[in-house]
Amino acid sequence: MSAIQPPESRVWWKQPVEPLEITWIVIAFVWGLVMFAMMPYWHVFGKQNLANEAYRSTPEAFSAKTQAMIDKHTVREETHKVQDVELKIPVVRPPAGADVYLIARLWQWWPMLELEAGQTYKLHLMSMDWLHGFSLQPENINIQVHPGYEHILQVQPTRAGTYSIICNEYCGINHHTMASRLYVVEKK
Amino acid sequence: MALNRMFRTCPMTGLRVHQPAEALIKVNAVAAVVSLLVGGVLALLVTLTRWKAPGMLPPEWYYLVLTGHGLDMLVFWIIFFEIAILYFASSILLGCRLAAPGMAWTGFGLMVIGAIMNNVAVFRGGSSVMFTSYVPMQASPEFYLGLILFAVGALIACFVFFGTLVVGQQERTYNGSVPLVTFGAVTAAIIAVFTIASGAIILIPTFLWSIGLIDHIDSLMYRAVWWAFGHSSQQINVAAHVSVWYAVAAIVFGAKPMSEKVSRLAFLLYIMFITIASAHHLLVDPGLTSNWKIVNTSYAIYLAVLASMVHGLTVPGAIEVSQRQKGFTRGLFEWLRKAPWGNPVFSGMFMSLLGFGFLGGISGVIMGTEQLNLIIHNTIYVPGHFHATVVLGTTLAFMAVTYFVIPAIFRRELSFPKLAQWQPYLFGLGMTMLSLFMMGAGTLGVPRRHWDITFAGNTLGFEFPGVAHLMMALMGLGGLLAVIGGAIYLLVVVHSVFLGKKITTPDFKLVRVAEGMAAVPARPAGAALQAHGGVHAWAAPGTFTLAMVFLTTFVLYYFINWKYLSTVWPLK
Repeated sequence: MSAIQPPESRVWWKQPVEPLEITWIVIAFVWGLVMFAMMPYWHVFGKQNLANEAYRSTPEAFSAKTQAMIDKHTVREETHKVQDVELKIPVVRPPAGADVYLIARLWQWWPMLELEAGQTYKLHLMSMDWLHGFSLQPENINIQVHPGYEHILQVQPTRAGTYSIICNEYCGINHHTMASRLYVVEKK
Repeated sequence: MALNRMFRTCPMTGLRVHQPAEALIKVNAVAAVVSLLVGGVLALLVTLTRWKAPGMLPPEWYYLVLTGHGLDMLVFWIIFFEIAILYFASSILLGCRLAAPGMAWTGFGLMVIGAIMNNVAVFRGGSSVMFTSYVPMQASPEFYLGLILFAVGALIACFVFFGTLVVGQQERTYNGSVPLVTFGAVTAAIIAVFTIASGAIILIPTFLWSIGLIDHIDSLMYRAVWWAFGHSSQQINVAAHVSVWYAVAAIVFGAKPMSEKVSRLAFLLYIMFITIASAHHLLVDPGLTSNWKIVNTSYAIYLAVLASMVHGLTVPGAIEVSQRQKGFTRGLFEWLRKAPWGNPVFSGMFMSLLGFGFLGGISGVIMGTEQLNLIIHNTIYVPGHFHATVVLGTTLAFMAVTYFVIPAIFRRELSFPKLAQWQPYLFGLGMTMLSLFMMGAGTLGVPRRHWDITFAGNTLGFEFPGVAHLMMALMGLGGLLAVIGGAIYLLVVVHSVFLGKKITTPDFKLVRVAEGMAAVPARPAGAALQAHGGVHAWAAPGTFTLAMVFLTTFVLYYFINWKYLSTVWPLK
């Protein structure tokens, strides 16, 4: 009886199982266990994990903290052109180990950060309006950025260079213009 | 109201076809094909925009068209077709009358109104919020209302399906348990009820928010609940297209399931574990713990993945057993070489199986691994994955089975049979290219849903490596091939249905089935002796070899991704 006809016996769950099938089921089950174990394993022995640290916040509170950081640690200002609009962006260089704030908003990352290679920073991410996607290139680290949730990650830049942060969550008509830089410099 | 109990016997398959069920299958299939046509035109525009050389649409049109493409394909084409499958798997496979055809027509009407309303909202502009419509970005109220009406219609169809199962059982139109394909369809319908409930929980408040009755919807809550709808609806597709695989194996080869128990338990695993896949989309979101993410994203130790791996073995395994019984026993693969590769019902189904497993399945598990998601989330790798699952897997399987439905249900010969023969290959090849190159570009960080990855006129832009742009061009080429393949499908289907040669059978007549009872086919003698498909101890060595190739690919690619992850910046 084929698959479009009723099985021979009504009580199908008592039919014998093919040895080939049971072998495959065991293999697939064991592979599932291995894959399952990899995730906790990486939390213990791997270096790329999210912290589970996040707080509810408001745009006002987050902007205030970001502004305080900008006031204290701005080292220079850069001028950029985005779709024929001139934009002055502060470049902030917080001390190693500090809390670093990055605002996502339509359609900018604010401010620009300069970090030291080999140091660890606490990066706070939050959106002021819609959903955004923090996408660090060419590292290819991608994190969802929500409004109202302050997400905290400990990051450790490894190599000096100029990195890009692009937005990879669709956020409206100028989504594709939302990009910024992140500088990593050698430890002094 | 008198019940319509008119049946005809299909001369091709011997199935008894209930008149109202046949009509409803036809209209749902037609609505599906119309949605595919609209979605396909939009697919062409999306392809020609993301491929930078033609770079066809301006940004506002690109985002509008991408929204429409997602909805028409992922929701309307697939769900209309699935409703047709539900009616086929219940009324026709069980040989019983469809329960409450009036309700079924009401459901169909709501679905059509909903689909049109949603499309109008999208095309009027102002609702370019993508398939996912994440809050706080807002679409017009008609956008959400259209989806809600469509979902209510689909829910009614699910209950007509359940009712039909009861009718079949009470009127004793079949022996014993329901066929495996019907069992798979039951799985799909149960998942559909859960899915639609989740959709209602999130879309109704969102609709109220869009008309100003609710003032805030939390973006994280939206994503968590919306994906219980969005991801689970893809699991309806999996259950539906796996049922189609079994059906095609039965129709083309007369193949029996290797063992009913294994295949049915695998379907049960879908019901139990696949519904927690919402987590796949939240792996890099704030506010959720890793414990929650790990348990949910792995479907509680990969039990739903296990189910798909089982079906991936038992479907070709059943075909192999059946082919070997017909004498194709030389070597490991004579059964496969001598399979009817010129029959689009088979070739489409088999490519669907390979594409879903090798491309869609493996990439899905990789993306759904908590930490690996960091290097994949929201890159174009994601659409690469789901074009392999939903298009190569579901759409190609549905296309394949259409070539059976046209003669069996529409009673027309296939027009342009040569073109129809080539169609699955062209579509399958194009879609494979599209998926692979999307995944390749995604590995290099190219974002999804992005109008311009060259960042022209933006001094802050990122310069992607040349190979990323090359991959996007190759993706465009694959997309074009797939669009041509899709156009051939539409041409063959529409021409066959409206202008194809009618199939007439000399002794064809409608039979009025006696009140309450259709004739139950006699159980073939000695059936109990062959209670399951395989008669030999190790009945499908070729399939097992293929499965080992699959597993090796899976394991290697899985660890390659961990290796890649280990090179990026440490995060805690």
